[in-house]
Amino acid sequence: MKLEGKVWKFGDNIDTDVIIPARYLVTTDPKTLAAHCMEDLDQAFATDVQPGDIMVGGSNFGCGSSREHAPISIKGAEVSCIVAESFARIFFRNAINIGLPILESPEAARDAQKGDTLSVDLVGGTITNQRTGKTYQASPYPPFVLAIIDAGGLVPYTRNVLGIQISG
Amino acid sequence: MGKTLAEKIIAAHAEDVGEVSAGDLVTVKTDVVMANDITAPIAIESFNAIGVGEVYNPDNIMLVPSHFAPNKDIKSAEQTRTLATFAQDQALKHRFQVGRAGIEHVVLPERGLVLPGDLVVGGDSHTCTYGAVGAFATGMGSTDIAFAMATGTTWLKVPETMKFVYNGKRQSWVYGKDMILRTIGEISVDGALYRSMEFTGPAIADLPMSERLTMTNMVIEAGGKCGFMPFDDVTEAYVAPRAARPYTPFYADDDAEYVSAHEFDLSEMEPQVACPYSPDNVHPISQIKPEKVDQVFIGSCTNGRFEDLAIVADILQRTGREFHPDVRVMIIPGSQAVYLDVLREGWIELFTLAGGAVSVSTCGPCLGGHMGVLASNEVCVSTSNRNFRGRMGHRDARVFLVNPAIAAASAIMGRLAHPDEL
Repeated sequence: MKLEGKVWKFGDNIDTDVIIPARYLVTTDPKTLAAHCMEDLDQAFATDVQPGDIMVGGSNFGCGSSREHAPISIKGAEVSCIVAESFARIFFRNAINIGLPILESPEAARDAQKGDTLSVDLVGGTITNQRTGKTYQASPYPPFVLAIIDAGGLVPYTRNVLGIQISG
Repeated sequence: MGKTLAEKIIAAHAEDVGEVSAGDLVTVKTDVVMANDITAPIAIESFNAIGVGEVYNPDNIMLVPSHFAPNKDIKSAEQTRTLATFAQDQALKHRFQVGRAGIEHVVLPERGLVLPGDLVVGGDSHTCTYGAVGAFATGMGSTDIAFAMATGTTWLKVPETMKFVYNGKRQSWVYGKDMILRTIGEISVDGALYRSMEFTGPAIADLPMSERLTMTNMVIEAGGKCGFMPFDDVTEAYVAPRAARPYTPFYADDDAEYVSAHEFDLSEMEPQVACPYSPDNVHPISQIKPEKVDQVFIGSCTNGRFEDLAIVADILQRTGREFHPDVRVMIIPGSQAVYLDVLREGWIELFTLAGGAVSVSTCGPCLGGHMGVLASNEVCVSTSNRNFRGRMGHRDARVFLVNPAIAAASAIMGRLAHPDEL
């Protein structure tokens, strides 16, 4: 699967409180959450982000609370994927579990600037910066994680594990 | 080669595996699956989407309304009702209701529901708190919790372990809170990313359980997956009278493999302050500008236990002082059991006469939920665990994280203050 989108660049240690402040955690609706995504750090993000755009972060992206609302708000904003130097552990699992693609590549994350266009090949794990022409290889996923991605997220993966057929 | 605590407890819960080592990916049985009023609604939604019908084990799922409870508005009321309805429909053994519970990380250890050698997954990042009683406990998101509710298992990567050794005699007004803040200041907010943190040394042996819980609570603030206190007499004395079922202590091997070791000398450590906007922006209090304070919050899963409130009561009684008239002082016991103990000591009267606002147990202000949300540019001194931008209210409010003694002194002086100044 190939993605292409404009870069929104953020720094190190982007925490889940700035991704989606706790005051909005009275809903689980992706669109409602998306309307407030990143607002304490960059008020333009929620209004200006375009479907397919790519978030780029530094190290420890998604640190802090376990709120799944954080990746849900980003997915709700129709961000196509996140590239970062590294991800916080719980955020990494949450993003994979809900089917939001995330790629770890310190070089690609450092080199990307706001407004750059990145092309991402999720199958091969490559990221190309169209401004510089440079291509980067993201860290491979562990086998369990690949199985979840292949199933389409943790809910369908769990159905497979338990042998539950989807009706309708 | 010997094994760390994380390796031993994970191995004991892994299916068809004799032993495990850091880096291994394993499926493990869970002893406790926890979620709160923010994470459980999504977990229940995902659980229903899986379509398995009944939870794997109704005796080990604990849904605790804590964050926006007592319900702060209609939407949060709908969320806590989702928990209560699910608990009734699935006939969950353990029920947690406002007035009978409190903050999950105070309530579960206090009732002996999380025990040494347990493997606990919780839909809350501070689930790592339970490492103080010797459980492997880690925070996860809601869909992971749904998987654990449906299957009784979860998947884990066995973490590498960092060792933290605390030597020397603690100075007055220095607590577990200062030890963990100093540690996070040294290694930074991603210093323990994906790793286990084992705390040990002579100063840990002397540390009471309340302060051990404070330290393991903030493991996540260094990016850690889990943290452990050693099982010893302090653990046994705390756990034995509370344990709701049998438990098995584990001990790290002397020749276990650690990725790094860090030593701290308590004889030279003064009270620490984490300044805005990160828990790793830590400085000794003597180096901090004595800023004017608008609000002081004493409570949370970090410092909302009886012993924490005892520090505040002691300072008020010893000095005979009141809180500063310009400061809102929110004092929130971490559980209703703590509330009752504090009530019986006469401290609710003491705190109220001093000008404090004492509330029913809730996470409330720690996450900017209710009961003490901050306005723009306000300064809050807090015994909680996070001071990220926007965490306790307005994005421009500033939060300083401290121990309960510094919080009490600051509440009295109306500015960041050391108890020796009183």
